[in-house]
Parts: sequence; structure tokens; C-alpha cells
Amino acid sequence: MNLLEVKNLGISFGGLRAVDNVNLLIEKGQLYGLIGPNGAGKTTVFNLLTGVYRPTDGTIKLDGVDLVGKSPSEICKSGIARTFQNIRLFKKMTVLDNVKTALHNQQGYSLAESFLHLGSYFKREKSMDEKALEILKVFDLDGQAHYLAGNLPYGKQRKLEIARGLATNPKLLLLDEPAAGMNPNETAELMDTIQLVRKRYGITILLIEHDMKLVSGICEKILVLNFGMELAAGTPEDVLNNPEVITAYLGE
Amino acid sequence: MGKGIFTVKNLIKLAAVIAVYLIIMTVMEGNFATRHFKSLLVPIGINIILAVSLNITTGFLGELSLGHAGFMAIGAYSGALFTIFAENHTGIPNSLAFLIGIIIGGIVAALFGVVIGIPVLRLKGDYLAIVTLAFGEIVRSIVNFLSVTGGARGLSGIPRYTNYKWTYAFVIITIVLLANFVKSRYGRVISSIRDNSIAAESIGIKVSNYKIMAFVIAAFFAGVAGVLFGHNLSILKPGNFDYNKSIEILVIVVLGGMGSIPGSVISAIILTLLPEFLRGASNYRMLLYSLALILIMLFNSSEIRQRLEDSGKFPKLPKLPKLKARAR
Repeated sequence: MNLLEVKNLGISFGGLRAVDNVNLLIEKGQLYGLIGPNGAGKTTVFNLLTGVYRPTDGTIKLDGVDLVGKSPSEICKSGIARTFQNIRLFKKMTVLDNVKTALHNQQGYSLAESFLHLGSYFKREKSMDEKALEILKVFDLDGQAHYLAGNLPYGKQRKLEIARGLATNPKLLLLDEPAAGMNPNETAELMDTIQLVRKRYGITILLIEHDMKLVSGICEKILVLNFGMELAAGTPEDVLNNPEVITAYLGE
Repeated sequence: MGKGIFTVKNLIKLAAVIAVYLIIMTVMEGNFATRHFKSLLVPIGINIILAVSLNITTGFLGELSLGHAGFMAIGAYSGALFTIFAENHTGIPNSLAFLIGIIIGGIVAALFGVVIGIPVLRLKGDYLAIVTLAFGEIVRSIVNFLSVTGGARGLSGIPRYTNYKWTYAFVIITIVLLANFVKSRYGRVISSIRDNSIAAESIGIKVSNYKIMAFVIAAFFAGVAGVLFGHNLSILKPGNFDYNKSIEILVIVVLGGMGSIPGSVISAIILTLLPEFLRGASNYRMLLYSLALILIMLFNSSEIRQRLEDSGKFPKLPKLPKLKARAR
């Protein structure tokens, strides 16, 4: 059963064909890698999947539901969460509030209750606190729950972004270069966390990464993009030994 | 967080509210203060309501709004028109008529908040500031033009219902409701839009709806402040609500610290009293006032304050978020 089915996806910006005829089939529970040289269109694919851009061609289906034309917030409610290449946290808010904001749609109480702090306000807030802390614990961030997000060290900010995405209760999590700017130790630790998250929450993950060793280490399948088009797809061994991929990365 | 409303902290706050009321009552009913000083208490309260409500849009949502006086004007006129009508044509008791007038003023202003909220969806930073500024001026011009509002001569004969009791009650109501609001899931959403609207959208928040929500809430309380204002002066003139008024409120919010409700309250008190204390300087009054503003602003961002904060001798206030000219 495929969770995500992307067929003939394409987008043009004026005369520039940024993504062309990309197909992506991700099975439930899979950890899928999206790689390619700089400017290959990886982040554009993410932006198409999350509704930031509207594709000019192709279809995107999550669990059989068509996502084309939906707004980013609607797509999040349908079950896709993401992180960003350049971290986008709510920096002036606490770590806990960053995650609680992502729980907004799950734990409802009315506007009147929020003005008066009556009714289910305290109950719901408490259960949001518990849920948020539980997620933060997975990322070893529960000790810093009351820090301002902007004051966390870089590696932790990346983790918090994943935690925030996870809090929206997604079926599919998109990670845009989660290990960018991390040293090898931090990267290894992050990869362990990603594996753990996947097992614990049973979610499907699509990740963009530059570090080949890392991608081949944890991804079950890989799609290689170059100049907006598919260059190769398959298991890590197949893809990384593909002469075309080697050429695209290292040159002739 | 916490277990309910009846915590020790909340009981202390309640005690403080009652204590402050008793102090104000003693001052107002007794003979310690001059008439002039007594007449300043209502304007202070009105400025607190205006500043705290503007803080929702400027401090929490992070959008620069220069049309707050416009909402205030709408509330002031609609509330006053109602109470004038009620006094002359119906037998509604004065207090009830005033209460209904305040609610009407708030609701009408909130409806205009929706109107101004729609361009808010498309504009940011400087552009939004210009549109809201224009909104305030349009309101003023229309009020000037209509005959029902008395035009440029002003709307007179408004019953003088506003006193320190009403003002104090609405100041407390505004502070409690808005402080609760920012500590709720909606308040978090609004702050998250300020910090990063793209990320907010990506976690399933319909940014446009919540921006309108923030504008409507701020407009409602500006309307309430307007009604109190009108029933204090008993005459309303369009000139009361020019852009200087909007900027005056914005200055209060900025000096008190954007995103800080206690800051807005303290700043509203100081900046309402400051020009009055400077009356002795006659012609140099406004010069000294602006000088004081600059000095406070410099102090707020100075190393001296930073050191005082670090050494714990100065209460920590949240840092001013930088107004982003153009996000995205």
C-alpha cells in the first residue's frame, strides 16, 4: 500500500522548468531519501508536496486523497508535516509553546474559554503540556522546555523543528536536510533519533540529505534528482553505484 | 499551566485589584488631590485599554497598526449615539444604557476590524502601516462629513456617564481578558504568526483567519475605550481621533515593550502623566516630552539596563521584537 503517490509532478516558473515529470511512490512506514546536487529541485518538490507552490502538472495523493490545490495548512491537516532547510522556529516563544502551537488543531477549546480561562481550559492545557513534554522527551529537549526556542544551540533547534512537525500527528514527515550544519557526532545522534521516532510513532519519512553515507545508512529507497528530473531511483546500493549518479555528483 | 482559577497567585492578584481600587477611591473621594489630578484618572484608564489592545496587534501579532484611533472613533460615536438616543427616547436606566452603549461601541468597532482585517491578509510591515493609517484618516473624514455625528462641530450632549469606577472596571476586564487570551491556544497561534508565518502555516494554522481575529479583538477594545472617552468629555470632535492619537498609543506600546501587557499598563500611566507634570515648562512642554521619550528609548536598549537586568536589580522585561519590514 502506497502512502504517497506522486505522478508526473512538474512546475514551471516562467520559462524555467524547476521540476519535471517526477514520480514518487512511498510505502507506509518507509524511510525514503531524496538526493541530488545543489539546485536539483529537491526543496521545490517539498514545497509542491506541502502546498507552498501549486504544481503546473501532475497529481499528488496521500492515502488516496488528492492534495493538489490545497493550502499548506489544509495539507498539514491531511497528514503531512515538514521541517525547513533554514530553520523556521517560533524563536521568541518557549520550546514547550513551539510544540503546543502545533497541537492547536487537536486540543480544542472555545475562544470564550480562552478569554475567561473557564470550562475545559485547564484540562486541555494540561493534556497539551503532557503531550508536548512526551514528544520533547523523545528528542531529549524536555529539560529545556522553558527556554526560548531562539536560545537553543543549533543542533537542538533542528531537533525541535522535527518535534514540532511530529506534534501535528502526521502520516508523512518531510525533513529538509535535517543534518545540515551538524558535526558527524550530532549527525549520528540525529539519525538514531529519526529511526527511533519512526519506530515509535510508526510514521513514514521522506528526507532530503547531502551526506551520501548517511542517506545510504538509513534510507530504504532513494530518488536522485538532477536539473529537476529523475536521474535514478531504487535501493541505496543500486543508486550509489549508478554511473550517472556518480557523474552528476562528481563530474566526468 | 496550573490547576485552576483558584490558585494563590490569582488570589494575590485579586487582592491587589481590590487594594488599588480602594486607593483610587480614597484619592478620588478624599481631598488629598487637586481636581486637575483627579480628572486625569479616567484618561489614564482609557490609555491603558488602548495600549493593551493595540499590543495584541503590534506586540503579539507583530503587525504595525496605525489606525487604532480610527477604531476608537467608531466606538466612541456609535456608543454615544446610542446613549443619547436611549436617554431621550427610552426609559432605560442610565447605567444599563451606558453598559449597552459600551458593548455596541465595541461590536461596531470590531465589525470595522473585519473590514481592515481583509487587507491585512495581503499586506505586511510598512504597507500595512500605511493602509491602517489611511483607514484612521478615512474614518475621521467620514465622521467630519456625516450630519448624524455632528460633523466638524462635534457631537455634543453626550451624557457624562464615565467615572473612575466604570473606567477602573473596564481596565481590569480588558487586562484580565487579554492576558488570558495571550496565554491560550489562540494567543500562542498569534505569537507564532509573528515569529514565522510560513512555519505557522506548515503546522496547520490558517494564518489569515487568526490575523483577522487579532485585529477584531484589538478593535473591539479600542471601541470600548472610545465609548468611555466620549462619555467622559460629553462632546466628541473628529479632531480627537487624528493620526497623532494613533501614534500616541503606539508610542505607549513601544515604550512599554511590545508583547508585554504589564509594560503597556505602566507606560500608559507614565506617558499620560508626563505631559501634565511638564505643564510648568509651558512652551517647552512638548520638547521635553519628546526628549523624555528618546531617553527612555535609549535606556531600554542600553547596556546599563542590560547590566541591571543581569544583576537582578531591574525587573526583566521581554526584549522588543524587531518589526520586520517585509517577511517572506
